[in-house]
Amino acid sequence: MSRRLLWPVLALVALLLVNVFVTPSFLSLRMQDGHLFGSLVDILRNGAPTLLIALGMTLVIATRGIDLSVGAVAAIAGAVTCTHIAAGGDPFSGMAIALALCALMGLWNGFLVSVVGVQPIIATLVLMTAGRGIAMLITEGQIITVDNPAYRQIGAGFLVLPIAILISVAALVGVALVTRRTALGLLIESVGVNPEASRLAGVRSRTIIWTVYVFVALCSGVAGLMISSNVSAADANNAGLWIEMDAILAVVIGGTSLAGGRYSLTGTLLGALIIQTLTTTVYTIGVPPEVTLVFKAVVVLAVCLLQAPALSRALAPRRKVVLP
Amino acid sequence: MTEPVVDIRGISVEFPGVKALQEVDFRLFPGEVHALMGENGAGKSTLIKALTGVHRPVAGEVLLGGERVAFAGPAQAQDAGISTVYQEVALCANLTVAENILLGREPRRFGAINGRAMRARAAELLARIGLRVDPRSTLASHPIAIRQLVAIARAVAIDARVLVLDEPTSSLDADEVAELFRIVRVLRDEGVAVLFVSHFLDQVYEIADRMTVLRNGRVVGEWTTAELGRLELVQAMLGRELGVLDELEHRPDKGRAGEPLLVAEQLGRKGAIAPFDLTIRRGEVVGLAGLLGSGRTELARLLYGADKADTGRVLVDGEPLKLRGPRAAIEAGIAFSSEDRKGEGLVADLSVRDNLILAMQAARGWARPVPRKQADELVAKYLKMLDIRPADPDALAGNLSGGNQQKLLLARWLVTRPRLLVLDEPTRGIDVGAKAQIQKLVAELAADGMAVLFISAELEEVVRVSDRVVVLRDRRVVAELSGVDLGVDDVVELIAATPGAEPEKVAS
Amino acid sequence: MTALTARAPSRFLPVIATFVVFVATFGVGSLRYEGFATGQVVANLFIDNAFLIVLAVGMTFVILTGGIDLSVGSVVALSTMIAAAALRAGWPAWLVVPAVLATGSALGLLMGVVIHRFQVQPFIVTLAGMFLARGLCFVISVESVSIKDPTFRALATGTLELPGGVTITHTVVIALVAVAVAAYVLHLTRFGRTVYAVGGSESSARLMGLRTGRVKVGVYVISGFCSALAGLLFSLYMLSGYGLHAVGMELDAIAAVVVGGSLLSGGVGFVVGSVAGVLVLGTIQTLISFQGTLSSWWTKIVIGVLLLAFIVLQRLIVRRS
Repeated sequence: MSRRLLWPVLALVALLLVNVFVTPSFLSLRMQDGHLFGSLVDILRNGAPTLLIALGMTLVIATRGIDLSVGAVAAIAGAVTCTHIAAGGDPFSGMAIALALCALMGLWNGFLVSVVGVQPIIATLVLMTAGRGIAMLITEGQIITVDNPAYRQIGAGFLVLPIAILISVAALVGVALVTRRTALGLLIESVGVNPEASRLAGVRSRTIIWTVYVFVALCSGVAGLMISSNVSAADANNAGLWIEMDAILAVVIGGTSLAGGRYSLTGTLLGALIIQTLTTTVYTIGVPPEVTLVFKAVVVLAVCLLQAPALSRALAPRRKVVLP
Repeated sequence: MTEPVVDIRGISVEFPGVKALQEVDFRLFPGEVHALMGENGAGKSTLIKALTGVHRPVAGEVLLGGERVAFAGPAQAQDAGISTVYQEVALCANLTVAENILLGREPRRFGAINGRAMRARAAELLARIGLRVDPRSTLASHPIAIRQLVAIARAVAIDARVLVLDEPTSSLDADEVAELFRIVRVLRDEGVAVLFVSHFLDQVYEIADRMTVLRNGRVVGEWTTAELGRLELVQAMLGRELGVLDELEHRPDKGRAGEPLLVAEQLGRKGAIAPFDLTIRRGEVVGLAGLLGSGRTELARLLYGADKADTGRVLVDGEPLKLRGPRAAIEAGIAFSSEDRKGEGLVADLSVRDNLILAMQAARGWARPVPRKQADELVAKYLKMLDIRPADPDALAGNLSGGNQQKLLLARWLVTRPRLLVLDEPTRGIDVGAKAQIQKLVAELAADGMAVLFISAELEEVVRVSDRVVVLRDRRVVAELSGVDLGVDDVVELIAATPGAEPEKVAS
Repeated sequence: MTALTARAPSRFLPVIATFVVFVATFGVGSLRYEGFATGQVVANLFIDNAFLIVLAVGMTFVILTGGIDLSVGSVVALSTMIAAAALRAGWPAWLVVPAVLATGSALGLLMGVVIHRFQVQPFIVTLAGMFLARGLCFVISVESVSIKDPTFRALATGTLELPGGVTITHTVVIALVAVAVAAYVLHLTRFGRTVYAVGGSESSARLMGLRTGRVKVGVYVISGFCSALAGLLFSLYMLSGYGLHAVGMELDAIAAVVVGGSLLSGGVGFVVGSVAGVLVLGTIQTLISFQGTLSSWWTKIVIGVLLLAFIVLQRLIVRRS
């Protein structure tokens, strides 16, 4: 266990302990009709979309970027698929169209960032603003409900465990394998740590940046499908609302610096779990769920301050750089 | 003679592990221009920063007008009348000229900034230094040279007794320098003490009344310009007496160069280096000699495509090469190790292994990773061959010492088997042992047929490892020396030469 | 165009462009729809967007230093909530107003100190501030709280008659006063000029001996104060306090500032530009509602396209200089 994951792990354990203390049956799991049920399973299922987007966001942040448009992209994916199904289309072709559109939006963001050279935060603000409008354009402002068992599987289906979490974990494992088995992870970190040295070493940073923006858009698309499938409806206004903030938060809590460079997928997983567990905890201890935001704020501030260079200098002036 | 306005007595400044200044004395008289000279790392900027309160000396004292001072920062030094103009203009380009001159001390009326009074005061200050610029114009609309002069106007605005000019001319052309000097003379005649730092000898001889030379954090001496010739000045800066060091070992196999590998024809970039011709042959080490700021790095960057040339072309194997960027150069077999190891070389947060294979990996693209086994073999081989310590592939590159970082960078390029290796200051700031290893390695690589462009501030080193030495001065190629009996003295004379009396000689 | 660029420095170009866009959109409306080009339609632009104008003013300060404040929408909501709850608890209006303004400023101060002292990115700190403020709303009450205080109601319903039979509300006056004060501070005080200097080059500003730390914290205090003021105006507009008020309004404010010609990297921009930005956004909304068949979501798409246009315009200006 690396040192920088220590705080997130402690935070998660503490949250779980609070839950066990309040509800002793918190950790219990039971099988029913071949499905696994329990509070832990709920946490995983509800956290699946955030985890998936945070996964893509980790890579974007590792290149010194950020993507604010993920929530809007998720809403568009749900809108496209549900409209397609509602018009009598096949759910699979609907999802394929949706994801292709998401990839296109990722290309657009990547174009603005790597070719035009716009700061990532502004470049993706464009799609964040316009994206929900586009989603509403697709649904014509309605909440489109669909009744399609196949489509429902993605967000609400079970294969012992919820399918949504299986998808997210598969994506996590996939990304871990791809970035570590190929050289993608190395090149992403290299671009994030020192763009100029990477350029002089011949790294194609433009391609790398483009790749991560397309990837995060695809992740958002799938997450959007989960969200809309879970409720069998597309709500252009509220689907994936604030999920970009949760995703960024998960990444930051997981120890990946917004300044780019070394990233930790395990950290992101922990971060996403912490956020979801926090939501559940607030619910179980009987505070109105909306107040979760206050706790989130406290957690973010605490984690950021603990990671802040100024504070760590003050606390431990001569600490050596920690080897991972 | 009058009393010195600045009198620095025996100050020492230390950084962790480095004695940047040791018992340095320095005097600055009102109404004179005093040049501070020295090569990179000599301690010039440390001395300026000790004067302006950025660094705190561990010993010694700074007297300003006879009184002992210890500033907490540039702001306090400014209030005491010490104004600094930096190489990178420290102004805000988004504001107007008038604001940049008076920011922080704007004339006010009833608490509000009085725009009219401010413009009038700025115009007055600009007139005083004879600069015709509209005070209402945005600074960004003016070229760097004008901005530099506006920075001087700002310095004048605080009624500076001491004006520090830290390499103000490095990006100016001849006319702009003349304008700057005219203004400096105006101020000098008004009694301002000017501390002038520049790498251009011609300029120093033109403007300075007195000079102090630093080397390795110590004062070599203080002279008036009239009593110290160019040759003696360069010797003082480089720290050698002529004729003493000629018994250096030379490479035994010098001059066995093969076919031309790279030919540059009238390659140049405005403000960086004047158009030059250069041929590099296989198996040949070409040295670049010149003082800091003479255009050595700029030349190397053009050959690698790190900066784009405005004029001329590059031929590799007789074929024109379109240098769109580093990747084009790498594909043509050119490798470049930057002088700025931290900023442009290493990826500090990545491991030794990752840094070592980075260039190779970048050339292969992300989808074809260097197989782990091959990477491990390469890492093991080069860690051993170059004696990189700690020999731990997982150590973070940023934690290595300077010499080991340099060797790691070299290794990064060697694994790509380049045909031309451009080394910019590969031995700067590293210990003697590592230096010798790198020099030996360069000789071996050349013997194996690789072409090397070797840049170093240390002339002995350049002369020792090179088959040919290209001499640069004031951003142009002034001569090319070759031959077995090539000596350091020849190079020093060329570097110190007065323009006009150009000895375009080629020793052979 | 060349004559224009020759006379107006490039720093005015984006603001001029904003006004051109405003006049153009308004012109399209007045040509196509009867009753569009009336004084009252213009007045309504101000009435319906008074809070957004104040918000954009505060955001302009932050963006001029190169920072960003994501918390403003939530602070608006928190301000409506505090106002409504305090009034319900029987506080007099003259006490509620300063209390709300102080709370907003204190939140801004807190964020500014964390950003400056601990060097945490403004994005993350103000994101936390956004969560905190939004969450605190629900700590006070999960339900919407209506405002019945007579002073507030009188202020909200009272109108001022201008020549030509155009009526405006008191909120418009407050918003315009805020704009005037902000313009004064930015252009005629040392604090304001230092805001520009920090945005232009923080290291240069420090080397010039300016008090950059005070400014970097100060702009967040100003933004917090403006958010609280905007919250008060919003509570007059809605006559209620609710935790779901002003969701996403920070994006509108940022969009208004960017469309108003400010550079998000700092140092370039004008308060007047931001006001014009708000008016452009408001006009688009009015146009779409006049059109009738076009749906409201077109507003977002058009704003997105405008954002893009201005970002690209600014890239071109930056590249050229």
